[in-house]
Amino acid sequence: MGNPRKATVAEQTRVRKYFFLHMRPNRVPAATLRYTHTFGLGGMSAVLAVLLVLTGALMMLAYEPTPGRAHDSILGLQTETLFGPLVRGLHFWSANLLIAVALLHMLRVFFTGAKDGPRKLNWVIGLTLLGCVLAANFTGYLLPWDQLSYWAVTICTGMLGYVPGVGGWLQEAVRGGREVGPTTLIIFYTIHTTVVPAAMVVLMGFHFWRIRKARGVVLPRPAGESAPTDPEFARGWPDLILRELAVGTALIAVVMMLAIFAGPDLGTPANPGMSPNPAKAPWYFVGFQELQIHFHPLFSVLVIPLAAVAGLIWWPYRRREADQTGVLFGSPVGRRTALIAALTGLILTPLLIIADEKWLQPTAWAPAVVGHGLVPFLILAAAVVGSHQFLRRRLNATREDADQAVFVLLATAFTIMTMTGVWFRGAGMALVWPW
Amino acid sequence: MTELESRKTETKDPDLSRRGFFRKVWLVLGALATLQFLWIGFDMLRPRKRRRREAAAGAIYTAGPVERFEPGTVTAFPEGRFYLSRLPDGGFLALGRTCTHLGCTVPWIEEDRRFACPCHASVFDITGEVLSPPADRALDMYAVRIENGIVKVDLGRTIKRRGFETAQVTMP
Repeated sequence: MGNPRKATVAEQTRVRKYFFLHMRPNRVPAATLRYTHTFGLGGMSAVLAVLLVLTGALMMLAYEPTPGRAHDSILGLQTETLFGPLVRGLHFWSANLLIAVALLHMLRVFFTGAKDGPRKLNWVIGLTLLGCVLAANFTGYLLPWDQLSYWAVTICTGMLGYVPGVGGWLQEAVRGGREVGPTTLIIFYTIHTTVVPAAMVVLMGFHFWRIRKARGVVLPRPAGESAPTDPEFARGWPDLILRELAVGTALIAVVMMLAIFAGPDLGTPANPGMSPNPAKAPWYFVGFQELQIHFHPLFSVLVIPLAAVAGLIWWPYRRREADQTGVLFGSPVGRRTALIAALTGLILTPLLIIADEKWLQPTAWAPAVVGHGLVPFLILAAAVVGSHQFLRRRLNATREDADQAVFVLLATAFTIMTMTGVWFRGAGMALVWPW
Repeated sequence: MTELESRKTETKDPDLSRRGFFRKVWLVLGALATLQFLWIGFDMLRPRKRRRREAAAGAIYTAGPVERFEPGTVTAFPEGRFYLSRLPDGGFLALGRTCTHLGCTVPWIEEDRRFACPCHASVFDITGEVLSPPADRALDMYAVRIENGIVKVDLGRTIKRRGFETAQVTMP
């Protein structure tokens, strides 16, 4: 008989060698390990996804997806199950954090120039995954079947009705009827627990594999220097995997604290006869709802979101002027233009929102689709294109820098609109102070 | 033969071009199976729809005798999910209670004598006409019939409309 301790060590080595080092790389460029290069955001998303699957499977044992029973079954989970509130809290916080972390991950990839070259396709896969995360969150929002969830879903699916031509059909297909009801709940439950998770498992595998094919995350480099052809390497174990474990466990600790001390509420059961005032979309769609207040539905529901999504997908495939892969914010000029864009968005967006609310609302001089849609859209589009040109000509920005500035401007504007919708909209969606 | 060599000879050898043909057949079969799966999925949603339509077809709601409704009043029928509006001239209109903006339920505010949506502040008058946006069309309506002095509403078919016209009113 051999030494049992020795056998355990050998066993550990085998697991490490044949499992983890197939999942994770054997060696990685040392420069990519620095925490502030990636902030571990991609890994955090994966950890949150695992938490969601585990807690979600547990809750499926207790949940009953019919209007008569849904609210009651969650109430039972909250009050009669020992760890029910904890499990629900973990699921709630993981889901909401996942949106934030995934968005930050996207910003990180964008600003470190990690969407070009061999990573183009992975940018698109990442966007699809983001779409899945939003779909999962939105379908999950309905399941507690309280006033908040019922009316948020009513409003958001109501927006679909404004898609020209197929809007009515689309809305009825998603709701499974004219109103949000039993069929809607079953459809949302199926999407939430089956369709989206299955799609995400496949896409996540694809996403991780593409990272390995691109030889890991993008190699950081200072502006003006070329990427080293022969970078210094570190070991996958322990250098990379221990770091990942540290980030993962710290994240789980944070989610645990949030779940314990700030668990989700359960409102009064859904009442289709009485809308609450105000009725808002879930926070990640509040920016769209804000857009609805300012633009004709044709533009706020169809044109602007489609343009945004198409622009994001197309971005890495755009012809490049300079190779800025791995340089934070592209170049010193890029850093400056990004800052200018962020400040512009920060100042202009609230001003435009207030101006539209106070002075521009009644449009008697033209049909709403023109006065409230086409004209403001064209003015804003012209302003964006004009500032793109201005940055190129006057500030000597490369096309990548100017593109980045536009991205920063629009992202800032959307963030401000989301904050406005969440905190500064009160009864009847009028502008109010939150205090 | 190594894999590389077999690939090279593929186009020349008749046996191997047959293999190529089968590969295409598999692809087509796979695509068919996927389509079939999707079709079955959509079909699964259908029985509910048919049942609902059948339920809707027989949905003639008896609201009550004409005299019960004073001219210039609005009566809510929560179980029928509609309002019966009797205009000052005595005509009847059955209005859907769903806001045409995003689908919130619109309450009748008696003091202001109008429908006010709590979600996005759309306002409608007693005929369902829009008084204030964001809603851009009048409240949906249902056909009203008056048989032997009894007001009946056909809830089977929702009538969408731009605005209010006198032809929509049913006189007793």
